[in-house]
Formats: sequence, structure tokens, C-alpha cells
Amino acid sequence: MYEILEKKILSDTVKLMKIKAPLVAKKAQPGQFIILRIDEKGERIPLTIADFDRKVGTVTIIFLEVGKTTKQLGKLKAGDFLENFVGPLGVPSDIRKYGTVVCIGGGVGIACLYPLVKALHEKGNQVISILGAKTEKLLIMEKEISEYSDEFYITTDDGSKGRKGFVSDALKQIIEKKKVDMVMAIGPIIMMKVVSDLTKKYNIKTLVSLNPIMVDGTGMCGGCRVSVGGETKFACVDGPEFDGHKVDYENLMLRNRRFVHEEDHACKLEDAK
Amino acid sequence: MSVQKTKHKMPEQSPSERIKNFKEVPYGYSKEVAIEEAKRCLQCKNKPCMKGCPVEIDIPGFIACIAQGDFEKAAEVIKAKNNLPAVSGRVCPYEEQCEGQCTLKKLGEPVGIGRLERFIADYEREKGAKIPEKPKQLGKKVAVVGAGPAGLTCAGDLAKMGYSVTVFEALHAPGGVLMYGIPEFRLPKKIVNSEVDYIKKLGVQINYDVVVGKTITVDELMKDYDAVFIGTGAGLPNWLNIPGENLDGVYSANEFLTRVNMMKAYQFPDFDTPVKIGKVVATFGAGNVAMDCARTSLRLGAEKSYILYRRTEAEMPARIEEIHHAKEEGVIFKLLTNPIHFYGDKDGHLTEVEFIKMQLGEPDESGRRRPVPIPGSEEKMKIDTALVAIGQSPNPLIPHTVKGLQVGKHGNIVADDDGRTSVPGLFAGGDIATGAATVILAMGAGKRAARAIDQYIKSKK
Repeated sequence: MYEILEKKILSDTVKLMKIKAPLVAKKAQPGQFIILRIDEKGERIPLTIADFDRKVGTVTIIFLEVGKTTKQLGKLKAGDFLENFVGPLGVPSDIRKYGTVVCIGGGVGIACLYPLVKALHEKGNQVISILGAKTEKLLIMEKEISEYSDEFYITTDDGSKGRKGFVSDALKQIIEKKKVDMVMAIGPIIMMKVVSDLTKKYNIKTLVSLNPIMVDGTGMCGGCRVSVGGETKFACVDGPEFDGHKVDYENLMLRNRRFVHEEDHACKLEDAK
Repeated sequence: MSVQKTKHKMPEQSPSERIKNFKEVPYGYSKEVAIEEAKRCLQCKNKPCMKGCPVEIDIPGFIACIAQGDFEKAAEVIKAKNNLPAVSGRVCPYEEQCEGQCTLKKLGEPVGIGRLERFIADYEREKGAKIPEKPKQLGKKVAVVGAGPAGLTCAGDLAKMGYSVTVFEALHAPGGVLMYGIPEFRLPKKIVNSEVDYIKKLGVQINYDVVVGKTITVDELMKDYDAVFIGTGAGLPNWLNIPGENLDGVYSANEFLTRVNMMKAYQFPDFDTPVKIGKVVATFGAGNVAMDCARTSLRLGAEKSYILYRRTEAEMPARIEEIHHAKEEGVIFKLLTNPIHFYGDKDGHLTEVEFIKMQLGEPDESGRRRPVPIPGSEEKMKIDTALVAIGQSPNPLIPHTVKGLQVGKHGNIVADDDGRTSVPGLFAGGDIATGAATVILAMGAGKRAARAIDQYIKSKK
């Protein structure tokens, strides 16, 4: 059992939790993820590690309430326990000195971006961060990320904060002004696709972090398979980060909708509780 | 007195009934029938049956106890060698092992050794298993990686010798393939749990949610323990590598069975993990796992469940009993059929499989006749779900994270017959060493490794 030590409400549907999991905290690296299960009847869901504290032995997760399990998770409070919490899984991000790195986060993906921004900054990179959201209310972690960024931009679809438009518009302006050595993008699939399409034109290496449906997270089931450069890869053990220019985003989008009807059904039952 | 030539039948659920539920198919012997079956045993002096048993059970010994009605003694005889008899009494390929060597086979059918083992294991479980007295503790620690058949057997045997054993399991439940792979109707999970309880009562500690290679490394375990055993199995699914394999509706057997068995998707939405089956299911492959997939599909409500296999029935790797059960339940076998392409609709859902008919040619390296495509025989079939059950490879998580560990060309850990690897103090057994095989062979490997670990630790003194 793993105790929820702290809970913060970041927006109506985005929540932060610090979980007591010393073994995971001890090994966690930016870019890795955990799998949790709330209770005996729960499903196993992957969530990216948003932060960790090795001394205290905690791992921070930030999640958007989209389905049955995340909604149920959102109802838990500090002092409650999770049945399972396993990790760190996946290959850590390759953090080194690249030069100028643009870090792009969209929606709840911003949470996963934070440890990367911090680590890249500490390695001496010039970090330019762009955060995007539908609207101001859905923006998270501005303060934390801007603290480690040399330049910092916000875009919202409705213009309620920062510039009106998409992260890719802000990225384009930056690319046209200065030399960018590397782009990291984490967010909705469509955002990662648009960013990758853009950087491909400019031939800038781009990494994206994928979050497909998983079961075990150890390479056993292949449910999380993605097509990268025509090869089938397992996001859980080969990823979750991949070369953004090689990912088959269409297939990823379709595969992430595999259980959409079952999810709807389970959500309705959960809401009725 | 002449001996009955055939085994006593084990009553089972009728096919039409059982495809509507996940309950176990056979009910097991009654006391009376078990005694009658045990009396068929000739008590051969040279004990040929034992040569076929990877875990070295004194088979004539326990059968003699049953014949005398002393079931508790029979259980003791079995448990002296086998920590998981309720499991092996259900899923062992007896026909190739103990029963394959039985003298009675020359006259008709062998003694139902598997059925008798199961009977005793169930009898003992229902009565409450006796825990052997705790042996003198040796003050030495062994780490076992993976709570599957190899790891549990190794852990149980080491605990019986007086070692302090900790098992590290990546998943949230014990049993490995016994829990995620083999379906409820063939091996009820309640039974797996009670076998694991026995291992725990021997003093074995099981730590869940620990992915060795990620959460902790083998090197760290090697520092903290006197020896380490790796039994992480063959967890990596093989694929057909044909176009369309990433469509929604194509599952590896592992994903499908894990969702249904371990995550209990057959009880969705009471349990949170879903699975989709549709009306027509095609399973590719013809081993035990394929039979499990095809039979599970029927229980989930599939109207038609096909097995597509590129060779003929004679080459099928599944046990005869499994093939027989699948046929009884209405699984349709399309033999000499090889898939070449999956097709989907615009939303990425699987709709069709294209296959080509095969014929058998010259024997290949496995000694089986190699199937060759018949040009121009391509056909398409409408399907909703495809289950790929063409084998698994060793799980790569550990082999490549340990310095100096010799790894074979299939990604397996190279180990001798007693589990010794190229790293002193590091042992491996079961599917991670041999590639995908059977539960009982993994148990046998765990047993031999336990002895080798004991020797290794004692020799270090």
C-alpha cells in the first residue's frame, strides 16, 4: 500500500499528488513513468513522474481526470492509500548539454515536462519553454517551469493568457529568430504531431513522450505498441520517448481510442455513485 | 485379477454449459474413484514413471498411499518434492512425462497420475495444508526474481532448507503465467493463491511492485543477498510481422489473457479493465496458449472462434486434452492456413484477415514438415478480433542490465542444467533460460537451482 501524503488541486480537472514510494523515488529519472492501481478491482494506468524527492521518498504525479480511474483517483485525499504503485518504468530522458533546447508542454503534459526542464537547465542548456492550454484556467505549473527557463512563453487557444494560438506558432517564431538544437514536446498527440511536422521542415531533432494504453508496463503484453520509423516499439520498455519525426501518430491516436466505449460506460457508472 | 485397461473418467462440465462460464471444466475424482484408480498402479520396481517427472515425485509411493486410503500420507509424499501440486496436477503434460512412461500404457491407458496428484492436492487444500516444521535457520539470504512457477519452487525449496528467501515480483499478484496466462477455467486463481500461501507459510517473503532491472538492480541484490535466482519467464510476445498488426482488435495472447485472467476483464465493469471481443475471433497459433485464447473468446461471448494454423493437427504443439476440449466447445480449426495481411476500417478497427493456404513440404530443423504456401490460394475472412498466440521470447529487462552475464541468441540467460550462469552466485531457470516451455519444466529448473544455490552458499564458507 502506498500513502498519498499530499494532494493539490491545480485546476478543475487536474490534480497533483505526492505518493510515498521510497524505492521508486530512489531510482526515478526525468522522462520515466509509474503504473498505479487504486484498489483490488482497479485497472493499471501509467502516469509520468512529474517530480520526485529521494530524501523524503516521494514521487509526484499530476493527472487529468479523463476516465474512470483518473476520476476515482481525483476523489482520493491525503492519508488515503493506493493498492499498487510500481516504477520507475521506461527509459530515462537523455539529459545532456545540447545547447538551446525548446521544451513544449501542452495540457497535462506540462507536468511531465517539468522534470525535463529542470534537468536540462541544471546541465547548462539554454532552456526555452512554451506552455500551451485551451484556456488560462487549464494552465498548470507556470511558476515552477518559468523558474528553470531562460525564456518562457504561454499560448492559449482562446487568448485568455499569453498569446492567442498554438504552441507551434510560438515555436515557429523562435526557430526563425535563433538556432535551436533540440525540441522536446509532451502533450496531446495532435500537439506533438504538429510540433514534429514543423521541426522536420527545419531539421531540428525532436523528442516526444508517448502515453499509450498499457497493462503491465514491463514489455509483456504489447498493448502499448507504437510504430516508429516503420518498426513496432513498446512504449513501456523502448520508450516512452521517441524521435518525433518517426512516430506514426495516426495509428497512436486510433489505438488510444481502443476502449472508448467501455470507458464511457465505466465513467457513467462512476458518476452515478 | 485383471487390471482395468482405461483410466477412470474425471467428471466435467458439459461443453454447452461451460462455454457460458469461467468455472473449472473437470470436477476431479471422488475419494472412491481415486482409490480405484490408484489400485490400477502395478507398483513397478524400476519406477519408470519417475523418470518422466521433472520434480522427482515418488509417484508409486504416493499412489500406494491413495490405494490404502491414506490421503494425508500421500500429500506428504508429494509435498516432499513438489510445492505446487494443485497446479501441476492440472496443467502438466502428463502424457509426455510420468504417464508417458507408465507400464500400463502397453496394455491400454496409463494410470491417471495427473488426476491422482490433483485429487490429493485438492483434498489437502480443503482440509488445510500441513506446514512442515520450520528447519534450523542458516542465517543466509537468497533473493528470487519473479513469482512464477520457477521462482516459487526455488523459493519454497530454499525455505525448506533453512534459507531466508525474498521473492521480488514486478506485477501486483503472484504466480506469473499461472495468474496472468492460464485461464480460470483451467486453473482457478483461488487455487494458485492457496499454493502461494503455502510457500509463504514456509517463511518466504514476497515483495510485489518491484521490477528488478528498474526498481532495483540485480547488482544491488547481489550485494545484499548470498545468492540470486532469476525466473522472470518468457514475457515478450512474438508477432506475425504482417501488415495491419497494430490495428485495434489485434491483441497479443499475453495482452488478451492478462486482461481477462489477471485483471478480470470478464467481470467488467465490476472490475475496471475492459476487453473487447466482437462476434468472430481468430486465434493464430496452435499451442496451449492458443487453445486458451480460443476457449476464452467463446466464454466472453464470441459467436465464432477460429484457430488458424499453418500446419496440420499432427504438428499442433498443444496438449491433446486441450485440443479435445477446444473442439468439444465448438472452436473451429482452419489448418494449413497462414495469415498474410490484416485489414481495418477508416477508424483503425480490424475487419478482415487475408490468408493463404499451405501444404506440407520437406521436414525442417524441428523435424516437422515445413509448410509452404500454395500460390494463388489467398482468401479473406471477416473477423472482429485477432489473437496472436505464436509464442513468447525471454523478457529482456534483466539479461541486458547485468554486467558479465552471458546471454544467448534468443535473449535467454545462458545457464547450465542446475541454473548456474556466467556470474558466480547468480542463477537462472525456467523460460528465461530455456525459452518458452512448460510450467513443470520451470518448476524442475527452480528445484535444481535451489540445490545448486545451497551447494554454492555452503562452499563459500
